[in-house]
Amino acid sequence: MAEPAIVIIGAGPAGVRAAQALADAGIRPIVIDEGRRSGGQIYRRQPDGFTRSHATLYGTEAERARALHTCFDGLEGRVDYRPETLVWHISDGQVWTLGPDGHQSIPYDALILCTGATDRLMPVRGWHRAGTYSLGGSQIALKAQACAIGSQVVFLGSGPLLYLVAAQYVKAGAHVAAVLDTAPFAARIPALPKLLAQPAALWNGVLLTRTIKRAGVPILHGVTPLDITGGEEGSGAPDGAGVDTGPAARDGRSSSRAGTVDTGAVSGVTVRTADGGERHFACDAIAMGHHLRPETQLADLARCAFAFDPAVRQWLPVRDPDGRASVPGVYLAGDGARILGARSAEASGRLAALAALTDLGFPVASVDLASLRRDVATYVRFASGLAQAFPWPVEQAAALPDDAIVCRCESITAGELRATVTDTGAQEANRAKAFSRVGMGRCQGRYCGLAAAEVIAAAAAIPVERVGRLRSAAPVKPISAGSAGKAGA
Amino acid sequence: MTARFVRLAETDRPALTLHVDGAPVTALAGDTLMVALLTSGATLRQSEFGDGPRAGFCLMAACQDCWVWTEEGTKLRACSTLAESGQRIVTTEPDTTWPNQQ
Ligand SMILES: Cc1cc2nc3c(=O)[nH]c(=O)nc-3n(C[C@H](O)[C@H](O)[C@H](O)COP(=O)(O)OP(=O)(O)OC[C@H]3O[C@@H](n4cnc5c(N)ncnc54)[C@H](O)[C@@H]3O)c2cc1C
Repeated sequence: MAEPAIVIIGAGPAGVRAAQALADAGIRPIVIDEGRRSGGQIYRRQPDGFTRSHATLYGTEAERARALHTCFDGLEGRVDYRPETLVWHISDGQVWTLGPDGHQSIPYDALILCTGATDRLMPVRGWHRAGTYSLGGSQIALKAQACAIGSQVVFLGSGPLLYLVAAQYVKAGAHVAAVLDTAPFAARIPALPKLLAQPAALWNGVLLTRTIKRAGVPILHGVTPLDITGGEEGSGAPDGAGVDTGPAARDGRSSSRAGTVDTGAVSGVTVRTADGGERHFACDAIAMGHHLRPETQLADLARCAFAFDPAVRQWLPVRDPDGRASVPGVYLAGDGARILGARSAEASGRLAALAALTDLGFPVASVDLASLRRDVATYVRFASGLAQAFPWPVEQAAALPDDAIVCRCESITAGELRATVTDTGAQEANRAKAFSRVGMGRCQGRYCGLAAAEVIAAAAAIPVERVGRLRSAAPVKPISAGSAGKAGA
Repeated sequence: MTARFVRLAETDRPALTLHVDGAPVTALAGDTLMVALLTSGATLRQSEFGDGPRAGFCLMAACQDCWVWTEEGTKLRACSTLAESGQRIVTTEPDTTWPNQQ
């Protein structure tokens, strides 16, 4: 039998453990990742020349990070690793890539998608302002570049990552102005039994909160974000105290183009507190996010079936407990299939590889499968506790003021999106996108799609699952003119 | 000069100089273009829709908010492109020249 061609997309925890399982079975998989280095999001590596230790970078997860990096480095020669290579399409049993050597199409017998996640965002009026970053992005600035996103940072949103990144900022010496959690503290109590599925993770959460509080940083629960305020355009300092010295000033361009939307960089954030009052926090940067969403575009292009998951209010690719998608030969693992965290990603990556091996006729030990399935089940229980403790604030979508931008890419407001729904009757995500352009811009709906669906659902008074999901289109990320010029090289 | 990003560590790396909109900018080896621009200024570009300046968003090559260009017109994602000595970067898209018009 010729060696089967197995392609793994993603070299994070899921992809690395899948590659290891295949290499151990004597197969040399192709591992593709658009990143410069392996490790994925949680175990993202800093560039050459940086010297911070694993303990500094990954805290309590340092040993796991080291183990994963060592594992993948040790597979050199046994995997065909292609870094800095984007998979931009999947069709006709082939993966279409663009990398340092130009375009390629790679046929596969089995495809393991380990594409990871991006932040889930609920828009706040003013979130288009310079100085607003995704929560994950704020962590990348620190982890990969040793920078804070500003000199006074507010963390806004919800979920475990909110506390993790805020604590990492505090420890690294950044000035954190506040941690503003939209989840009411009381939501944690009914979630406790499920969160106890991972007692160590729960305890970690307690320690993170303690780190933040000891630094004198206020933590507010149950806030409703009202407004991200702006100062002088381009100002890097709170409340307009600074002057614009950005590129616009450097080249003397006028910065006073009038738009329908208030311009100017972040100067602070106003929230309604749990007791009904209003508070303003001055800051020059905001890290915002509400947990994560899986990157499912490639699964969609591979024609995998999706189903609505009411617990997270997202459409997710369907898979069996071992990671088999609805399409034969396609497997899904890690946070790219469902947000279950890094440890689960390692287990589900290995499990998906073992499922592929089984389907290709290789012997696989059933004890191994059973214990991995048990692991994943624990993470599923924990994740459902997290969803309960840090809920996606749907009511914010309905309450979003008409002049708030929903789509940052194309500058489309909640009012414009609502008008599309009422004027054209478009209630389905793709129709509403065609009329309003929400989801058509640079990010292809990654950062506005889920919130836009909630805005549409509220405006049309229908359940969000009836709005459906945005169809994915190739290329899954824009292929720049510069790179496309290398086609066929 | 008001910078947006604040360096917290790793400042012993060798310095390098690139040009942004014609002006010299000092960065450190291993910086992304985004860090090079936002430790020397507060914004990356103006929104093409008139809603003010932008300074990137996701830092993981997913949102495409941080496009800048080489003077030759090659589009770059500032968050995932390393700064290099001698680079000449512009923050507005240069006029496209088509090969058949040269
Ligand atoms: C910015 C960010 C920071 C996070 N930080 C933490 C943290 O500190 N702690 C924590 O517990 N969890 C964190 N998470 C959650 C994270 O999803 C998981 O912990 C873990 O990284 C998931 O592992 P994974 O292998 O499923 O995906 P990832 O680690 O995300 O790896 C996916 C890989 O796939 C690659 N990829 C995706 N699409 C393509 C494509 N089309 N072509 C080529 N390559 C592609 C990506 O470049 C990436 O390297 C973070 C998530 C994000 C988004």
